[in-house]
This record gives sequence, C-alpha cells and structure tokens, in this order.
Amino acid sequence: MSSTEQKERQLPWGKVFLQNIIQLPWTWRITLIYLSFMLFLPLAAMLLKASTEPPSEFWKIATSPLALATYNVTFITSLLAALLNGLFGTLIAWVLVRYDFPLKRVIDALVDLPFALPTSVAGLTLATVYSDRGWIGSLLAPLGIKVSFTRLGVAVAMIFISLPFVVRTVQPVLQEMEQEIEEAAWSLGASEWQTFWKVILPPLFPTILTGVALGFSRAVGEYGSTVIISSNTPFQDLIAPVLIFQRLEEYDYSGATVIGVVLLIISLVLLLAINFLQAWSRRYDR
Amino acid sequence: MTDKFKSNHRKQKSWIPSVLIFVAIAYLALVQYLPALNVVIQAFSKGVTPFFANLVQPEFLHAVWLTLILALITVPINTVFGLCAAWAITRHKIPGRAIVLSIIDLPFSISPVVAGLMIVLLYGRQGWFGPWLQDHNIQIVFALPGMVLATAFVSMPFVVREVIPVLEEFGQEQDEAAKTLGANDWQIFWRVTLPSIRWGLLYGVVLTNARAMGEFGAVSVVSGNISNTTQSLPLFVEEAYKQYQTESAFSAAVLLGLLAVVTLVLKEILARKTDTKEAGRH
Repeated sequence: MSSTEQKERQLPWGKVFLQNIIQLPWTWRITLIYLSFMLFLPLAAMLLKASTEPPSEFWKIATSPLALATYNVTFITSLLAALLNGLFGTLIAWVLVRYDFPLKRVIDALVDLPFALPTSVAGLTLATVYSDRGWIGSLLAPLGIKVSFTRLGVAVAMIFISLPFVVRTVQPVLQEMEQEIEEAAWSLGASEWQTFWKVILPPLFPTILTGVALGFSRAVGEYGSTVIISSNTPFQDLIAPVLIFQRLEEYDYSGATVIGVVLLIISLVLLLAINFLQAWSRRYDR
Repeated sequence: MTDKFKSNHRKQKSWIPSVLIFVAIAYLALVQYLPALNVVIQAFSKGVTPFFANLVQPEFLHAVWLTLILALITVPINTVFGLCAAWAITRHKIPGRAIVLSIIDLPFSISPVVAGLMIVLLYGRQGWFGPWLQDHNIQIVFALPGMVLATAFVSMPFVVREVIPVLEEFGQEQDEAAKTLGANDWQIFWRVTLPSIRWGLLYGVVLTNARAMGEFGAVSVVSGNISNTTQSLPLFVEEAYKQYQTESAFSAAVLLGLLAVVTLVLKEILARKTDTKEAGRH
C-alpha cells in the first residue's frame, strides 16, 4: 500500500492527472468526454484558426470599417433594446407579482413565448407586423417611421427576444421581497413614490441589471429573427452575426473566424459580468 | 398595522395599478401578442384550403421530416448527457465542479452563428478533420450530421440546468437507504432517483425539444439550406419568405407556433407539478 503511494508520488504531474481522470466516476467521464467533443474541440478549432492569423492581420480584419459598423449596430441596438426591457420588463414583473387581473396566469405563461417560438418565425411575423403594410407598421408609416428592414426593426426583434430574460429574473426576487418593509415605510408616512424609489428599487436594482445583462447577451448573439427583419445593408442595419454568415458564404474563413472570436470574447466577458452581478444581487442572502 | 389602514392607503391611489397593468399589457401586445396573432391570421388569410395545400408541398413535408429527425437524435443524446452531468455534479463532488457548471452553460452565451462557425471550422472542407473526412467520403457540414451537431450544441444545457436543482433537493438519503437495502446502482436510478426527478427532467426535455426543433442560426450556418435535403422547418420559413412565398412561410410558421404553444402549456403543467411537490415536502 505504502509502496504504491510512493510510486504515485514519483509519477510526473501529467500522469497523476491522467490517472485521476481515469479514476473518476463514469458519470464524470461521460460528461467530460461529451463536453470535450461538443464544446472544447470546436472552441479549440476556432481559436487555433484565429491564431494562425498574424496579430496585425487579425487586428486589421477585426477593426475594418465594415466590422466596426456591425459592432456599432449590434451592441448599441442590443443595449438600447435591453435597457428598454429593463424598464418594461420590471414593470411587467411588478404587475404580475403584485396585482390581480383577469387572464393573469395566461399572460404570465405567455411571457416565455420568445423562448419557445423559433426565431425564424419571430423574425417573419415581426417583419410583417412592422412593415409599412402591417398592423403596427402601417400606423407608423404616416409618421415617417419605417421599422422593418431598418435598424429600428433590428431593435424590435432584439426587444422581442430579450424581454423574458428581464421579467423572469426580476419576478422571483420581487416575489421573495417582504411587503412588510413597504408597509412599514407607508406607515411611517412615505408616499408610494418614495416607497418605490427608496425602499423597493435599491435592493432590486442589481437584479434588474442582471436581467438586462442576460437580455443584452442574448440580443448580441441573436441571428434568426434579426436577419429576417433587417435589410442587412452594410453600415446601416448589418449586425455582426450576419457578417460572420456572409463571410462564410464567401468562403472567407479567416474573416468569419476573426469576427467570430471577437463576438465570442465579448460573450465571455458578458458571462463574467453576469456572474458578478448575480453575486452582487445575492449579497444580502445567507 | 391594521387592514383598514392598508386598504385606505391603497384606495387613495387605486388608479395606479390599473394604469400599470394597462401599460404592461400594451407593451406585451406590441411586442408579443400582435406578432403572435399575426402568424395565425396570415396563414389563414386566404382560407383553410390554401393553408392545407401549402402543408402538402414536398419541400415542406421534407422539412417537417428533417426537423423531427433532428429532434429525435439530439433530444435523447442531450437527455442522457444532461442526466449524467447533473448526477456527476450533484453526487460526485470533485474540485472544479463549479467551473464545469459554468462551462456547460456556455452554449447559451455563444451566438448560434459562432456555434455553427466552429463546427464548419472543425469538420468543413478546410477544417481540422476536413481532409480525413473527405478521404473517407464522410460529409458532415452541409449534411445531416453537421445539423445534428449544431442542434445538440445549442440545446445542450437545458436538461442539466433543470435536473441539478431537483437532484439537489431530492438529496442523497433515499439513494443511500436503497443501497443499504441491497439495490444496485441501476435499480436505485430507475426505481428511486428517476421517479423523484421525473418532472424536472421532463421540463428540461421539453425545453431541449423546443430548441432542437426551432433552432435556426447554428443549423443555418452548417446546413447550406438545400431545399429537400438539408432544410429544416425553421429554415424553410426563412427561405419561403425570401422567395416571396409569404403564405407558404406562414403556413409553416403556424406549425412551429403550435410547437411553441404546446411547449408553453407543458412547461406550465410541469412547473406546477414540481411546485406542488416542493410545497408538499416543506
């Protein structure tokens, strides 16, 4: 027994690591093999392909005027869509948690529609409803507002896709909030506005931000609905995921990879930010 | 505080809830309800006959078939993986499991187009395995295997995410009780664990299926979107729309919308099942 232990100690680090992996329970082994095959291998393929580009070339492609324009459209539009949903998503969560009204359960369940509806269907119907002959678009057209096939249309698709993230993040936290604190504030003479701004909103704020960040992250990567409602005109409403797609269609693998890596890095940064926000919003929990 | 005081306080500003409810529903109507209603109205705008005529087109039927195949392959794979991963993470706590947990969530953060791109870079003609695959006459990209890989990638995290909380709540005591009574691992899994996590598991499977049948971006990149060959139903919708066959696009959209409705209903039922169970336990 002691001799084998000593042998293990003498083994190089790599072999010990390998042995640990072999000794893992089979559930862990299957998990890691599947993850390696499905996730690590494709990630490695993309990163290695990107690393074959000389840094100067990588930088040139990543910051070409067209690429910069797509980042601008993608990120600014996603951010505005997510912020708008931060406002209305919180309102919807508030209404669903605090008030009773007819069809509440149906409305609550329907909030998840964008999760369940395939994105191409979302794009198709949004493009129709907001086109200048559609139900909503025809009302906006006389005002000179064109939605479908413009950047505004991209924003509408992003709003659609990211709304449930805010509602579903804020709703459970609002549910857990103790109404006694609000009642205490009222009984101490605070108005409803004061109660909202000084008692309810401050602890809720990190949660709203988490929802906005989740929605933003989803909107940045969105392709199906945005590609259909957008006219995909460079420098106007062409988003980064569509640019990747176009580069691939032109067999420009380097171009596609570089922009793909940029998007990937931003997604990872957003993921870290979301984890940080979640930790922040739970800071008062035990 | 008395109830009287409370109700007085609320009565003074009783218009506020109504206004807030109205604004919330108006926003939802603009963003979700009108577009959803539009799908049905457009599909039946020329009556029921053209709708059904669209549904028997060979391209459409092939797209439905392909979508079903994709779901039939990827949902079981991801279910087994999800169970394994959830079991490993909750039952065999090894160092670094928190990192594995966030890694499993990655497909939700990565843009579907980037997911598709990665598969092309790995299995495509110029990819790592490209030459080898070509020598052996195996086609992955622009064919069904690539679409399966893309679909499996984007729908990977659902089951893990839904099963981990129920497994954690269910606890290990019953497993151990079964073990001391002489049950082997398979018996424990089938007779003790699975029955108690079934609603959570089913919830994850429903979400996986919805994503697998509805995925557009990743599949679009790897499929080449060849009608009658690699065109799944969501791709059919886009293609028909681009070809100005709007009615045909909306007919297919109705079918996918139906999938969404079924998904939402099942979700609601399953969520209630898991909730009542939790309520019963505490």
